[in-house]
Amino acid sequence: MTIELSDRVKAVPPSGIRRFFEIAEERDEVISLGVGEPDFSTPWAARDAAIASLERGKTSYTANRGTRELREAIADYAADRFELDYDPGEEIIVTAGASEAVDLAFRAFVDPGDTVAIAQPSYISYEPGVIFAGGEVLSVPTREEDEFRLTVDALEAAGADEADLLVLCYPNNPTGAIMREEDLEPIAAFAREHDLTVLSDEIYAELTYDGEHASIATLEGMRERTIVFNGFSKAHAMTGLRLGYALGPAGAIAAMNKIHQYTMLSAPTTAQHAALEALESCENDVREMVDQYDRRRRFVLSRFREIGMDVFEAKGAFYCFPEVPDGWTAEEFAEGVLREQGVAAVPGDVFGAGGEEHLRISYATGLEDLREALARIEAFVEERA
Amino acid sequence: MSEREVLELLRENARYATSDIARMTDLEEREVEAAIEELEAAGVVRGYQAVVDWDELEDERVRAEVELNVRLDRETGYGDIAERLARFPEVKALRLVSGDYDFDMEVEGDSIREVSQFISEKVAPVPEITQTVTHYVMTSYKENGIELGDGDEDDRLSFSP
Repeated sequence: MTIELSDRVKAVPPSGIRRFFEIAEERDEVISLGVGEPDFSTPWAARDAAIASLERGKTSYTANRGTRELREAIADYAADRFELDYDPGEEIIVTAGASEAVDLAFRAFVDPGDTVAIAQPSYISYEPGVIFAGGEVLSVPTREEDEFRLTVDALEAAGADEADLLVLCYPNNPTGAIMREEDLEPIAAFAREHDLTVLSDEIYAELTYDGEHASIATLEGMRERTIVFNGFSKAHAMTGLRLGYALGPAGAIAAMNKIHQYTMLSAPTTAQHAALEALESCENDVREMVDQYDRRRRFVLSRFREIGMDVFEAKGAFYCFPEVPDGWTAEEFAEGVLREQGVAAVPGDVFGAGGEEHLRISYATGLEDLREALARIEAFVEERA
Repeated sequence: MSEREVLELLRENARYATSDIARMTDLEEREVEAAIEELEAAGVVRGYQAVVDWDELEDERVRAEVELNVRLDRETGYGDIAERLARFPEVKALRLVSGDYDFDMEVEGDSIREVSQFISEKVAPVPEITQTVTHYVMTSYKENGIELGDGDEDDRLSFSP
């Protein structure tokens, strides 16, 4: 006999990057610009805190929502950095990565048949998350002409006024787009008018290179209808420690916690100790990493322009989003450059509507590798010019 | 501003092309060139050298860290002693430091014998020097901000979301 799979699981196709991964595995000396994680190591202070916690035998479950100390530190950090004021007692939950927090939100707020509008292109896990929760995805494409920012026109054109939830990811993976406060105001008004719950994934908030990050939850009337996600993977280079969190109204966080306590129980304890230290003493490490990313960002953007590929002026995260030359699909170009030049990049259509004809280039890679990778892409383009 | 940023990038890798530095700093290439020229002319940038991991070479290269204590008199200051020592080509670095000894000196030679002879015959006899303590370098793990030895392999997945 075979085990019958659920319709929800069957409805989700395999990841679009799996095939590329297999090609990359066959080749030697691939320079990968396909990674969505920092090339820096977790700051030593955070690692030390994790080690010390293990040495002291702190390996039990913590409170479901995370240790009180960590939630308080998160509350202070969110208030200081992003003007997000949340009560560590009831309005914060610590999760196994921001991904778990997003998943909890879908399961807590989506009923079968509910519609979840997703501003795309965006992180690849939102869509499957909605389907696993029984919801339906409404894709809201953003366009390069709008600097990949979400607009009310795009929401209206997609019919998002009928949706129940709206998912935002700014600074954006994969485009590197950011939304300023003036860009968020009309979106907030739309959400209030049409009674949308907003899930705002702000995991790249620290990686904003031009001005300060703005959170939609800080706008009038939005706090009560928004869940903000963040975590330690990106800015603190702690991907493998799997630690994230969500900020939101007490009732919503309690609902997410209800699922969390029956599935995860609590986020990894060792990682919580590392995260507390990261917030308390690793600000300089974060600044140094952000400076490095910024330099690489400028380098990569400038090189793509020199190669003659149109590239969007990314101002956040650690990605840029060049357009593939005419006559290519994103997938063909990504496969060609991987097979012939050994440079791994992710085709933009993997990230949903609006990503076609683009590549996601991660510059979470050392400058020497970036220079070599860009030279190889240049050679690939010139051979076909 | 940019002068410091250019300096940081040169410290990171002095062989970065000016065009690359220009890209990273959003400056014009000629502005980068001008900034570097100015830094050199002002004596801020004193030279460019390779960071060498001698363990990767077959040739033997011996290095020592030498602690020096000196006794000053009315006519002789630290600067005078430093000037005399710094002229020896074997001396790769010389610093006046606080603590248990006065000077911290890095010496390089082709053999332990050569380095020892240099210290006993050239350094120790300097009249103001009262004591030398020589530490031979056994392994170097980091030089000029660059980690030596086998670097960590990048074990991240080639694609991740």
